[in-house]
Amino acid sequence: MQTDRLLVGFLRVGAMVSALVMLLILLFLLLESWPVLSQLSLLRFVVDTSWHPLEGAYNLMPMLSGTLLASLGALLLAIPLGIASALFIVFFAPSYVASLYRRFIELFAGIPSVVFGFWGLTTLVPLIGEWQPPGASLLAGVTVLTLMVLPMVALTAYTALAAVPEELFRNAAALGLSRWGMVRGVALPAARTGIIAGIILAAARALGETMAVLMVAGNVVQYPESVFDPIRTLAANIALEMAYAMGDHRAALFVSGLLLMALVMVLSGMAGLVEKQSHV
Amino acid sequence: MFEMMQRIRELSVQSLVYLAALLVSAIFIWILSDLVRGGIAHLSWEFLTESPRDAGRAGGIASILVSTILILLVALVTAIPLAWATAVLLAEFIPITSLFGKVVRFSLYVLAGVPSIVFGLFGNAFFSIYLGLGFSILSGGLTLACMLLPILTATAEAGLRAVPDNYRLSSAALGMTRTAALIHLIVPAAAPALVAGLLIGIGRALAETAALLFTSGYVDRMPGSLLDSGRALALHIFDLSMNVPGGDAPAFAAALILVSLLLCINILAMKLAYDLQRRKMMI
Amino acid sequence: MNTNRDAFTLGPLESGPACCVPQPIIQVKNLSLRYGDKIALDNVTLDVFKGCITALIGPSGCGKTSFLSAINRLTDLIPGCSINGRILINGQDIHAANNNVQALRRNIGMVFQKPTPFPLSVRRNLSLPLNEHGVIKKSEVAAIIEQVLQDVGLWGEVCDRLDTPALSLSGGQQQRLCIARALALNPEILLMDEPCSALDPIASGVVEDLINRLQGRYTIVIVTHNLAQARRIANYAAFFWVRERTGQLIEFGRCQHIFESPNHELTAAFVNGHRG
Repeated sequence: MQTDRLLVGFLRVGAMVSALVMLLILLFLLLESWPVLSQLSLLRFVVDTSWHPLEGAYNLMPMLSGTLLASLGALLLAIPLGIASALFIVFFAPSYVASLYRRFIELFAGIPSVVFGFWGLTTLVPLIGEWQPPGASLLAGVTVLTLMVLPMVALTAYTALAAVPEELFRNAAALGLSRWGMVRGVALPAARTGIIAGIILAAARALGETMAVLMVAGNVVQYPESVFDPIRTLAANIALEMAYAMGDHRAALFVSGLLLMALVMVLSGMAGLVEKQSHV
Repeated sequence: MFEMMQRIRELSVQSLVYLAALLVSAIFIWILSDLVRGGIAHLSWEFLTESPRDAGRAGGIASILVSTILILLVALVTAIPLAWATAVLLAEFIPITSLFGKVVRFSLYVLAGVPSIVFGLFGNAFFSIYLGLGFSILSGGLTLACMLLPILTATAEAGLRAVPDNYRLSSAALGMTRTAALIHLIVPAAAPALVAGLLIGIGRALAETAALLFTSGYVDRMPGSLLDSGRALALHIFDLSMNVPGGDAPAFAAALILVSLLLCINILAMKLAYDLQRRKMMI
Repeated sequence: MNTNRDAFTLGPLESGPACCVPQPIIQVKNLSLRYGDKIALDNVTLDVFKGCITALIGPSGCGKTSFLSAINRLTDLIPGCSINGRILINGQDIHAANNNVQALRRNIGMVFQKPTPFPLSVRRNLSLPLNEHGVIKKSEVAAIIEQVLQDVGLWGEVCDRLDTPALSLSGGQQQRLCIARALALNPEILLMDEPCSALDPIASGVVEDLINRLQGRYTIVIVTHNLAQARRIANYAAFFWVRERTGQLIEFGRCQHIFESPNHELTAAFVNGHRG
């Protein structure tokens, strides 16, 4: 009994420290961005001429739009490819090809973002550059991000589809449904919440991704006019400027970090809600 | 007529799905073969055993590997006790409805979603500056530890919950303390899951770049202590490709090493889980 | 609690104390048990007599298993479960502040419906609880293991493969191993929660014979859905019934009395197969 109490006491301390990490992160982000948050009105992050931190212009909107455009583009490509991959594994491929393809996707989920970025930089950017210079562009960023979130979409969709009870399929088959009829009418609706939650999490991943996009997107602070224009994302901006940022500039970077985190937290909250709904 | 339409629809859907799978496979094979082609020529025993010279254009990655391993060790030594203690508490000792448990779980859920660049910001502000650790392996490792906490906790909790309840009931009915049941029965039964989670965490840590940019720093010399700055392998690839003209060949080789390392960890995870599963039947 | 291991010998099973001298060992007084708001068991008062087999019978959901788990305080492990009333064992309240729950459970063995061997070897299944209760000397542990495996009739079957995984045994062997594991701690009381219901008829017969042989040496409380079995092996029977999802004790008495001339018409209907 005493050993049990001792153990629980120790465990509680551990759990408390784990829980406090999140608070600590929030606290320090707020603390560091406080100099700017307390002096400047929040409007400045929207109406300033652009992002010229050394001259005191802190408009985050071009970079926010870059972040959102890149993530949106990546999702538009990754969702159909990812869901098709999951359908391929569950319904269309012969079993050994299916398990091989799944291992393949799992392997690619583990490839570091810096490697994707590096490949984009050495292969993709020159390729796009030959066609529509300069090459380092929104398109390159979208492509690399697509490759990064595609395994995530595919694997969550696969898990959701695999969790659909077998009887449903047997029943659908007994009703003489075609394979596509079964997929569209039974499998996808039954797995819907899982797939959507996976997509939302992939969106959060895309928004927060730093290195891969930084390496291929050109990093010019601007609203892009076409997919061939370079962009800069919020996360890339932090990585680029933290090394030399001082004073208000540094604080402004922390503000963009807070913004990024708020975006991601809203998304993961949404994913949590969607998942919870599926259990009701 | 209707049947005709339906057959056409079936066929077109099937070809679309196959095409998507083919496209995805082709792109990934393309990436892998690019890595192998670009990196294999530069790989040699010296590349692993020498330290980088001329900003990495020449020499090898020995000091980079040492720094990477040290950062990883610091992260694991810090994160594992915290994460596993939390998981054991959540899975074994508090009811699922307890407020404390809910707060801890929610906090870790939010933590899991924090982008790695934000971890970098926090690590820089807290470990490097507030705690005065500077740009060092220690700050980098501790920052990574924060990142690993939610993954390690979630996998461990799931593994512990998957242990059949009758082990708990029958060991309690035999008058064993819960501590004894944990040590002798429940943790061994959950070990494959714990190890699998651990390996996922290691993979995540090795792949990390953004969180290390402003915590463990850029210095590519052999670290003398945990308070020295040390450059991780992923960061080395980034630096070579972005900041070092003519660094592509060593960057390819380093990327090839990193990817093979992660591949080995994946295979090891599966094999270890399998072995443990078999061994726990034999003790 | 008997912690003196030197005094530990099982001896031939036939020579136990004469059964059914009505000497109460477990006294349950006004026991009520709730899970959250739901009352699972309402106001049960019952004496279990030393050395006898007491069968708990009744339809599913009438609280028999809850009653059993209350006796060794396994209910402590169930979140939201609360208990009112008193349970005395050898005159001592099991919820008394100074009572050690580990020692209590050591004195009360329990066997579950499904065989629950640990994922360890046969030997380790038996030695682990012994080690935990301070029996560490190798020779002593080995002696106890042989003794209890003899008692449950498993020694001949497994003596040459004590180090194989317990999960490789058949279902009936696993259940007897679980009984041996409980006996190894030399308890006074054995709680059995439908120990035969997950077994095939032959294995079930072997375990039933074993329970019969244990009578007299141990006080046994057994939950069973098999009325014929209850009739064959029990000295006393307690009949539980469920009303509005709340379990109640309807009637308690000698087995013969309950089965042949019950006082309560519900009991009569149940034992004759008209209700339940």
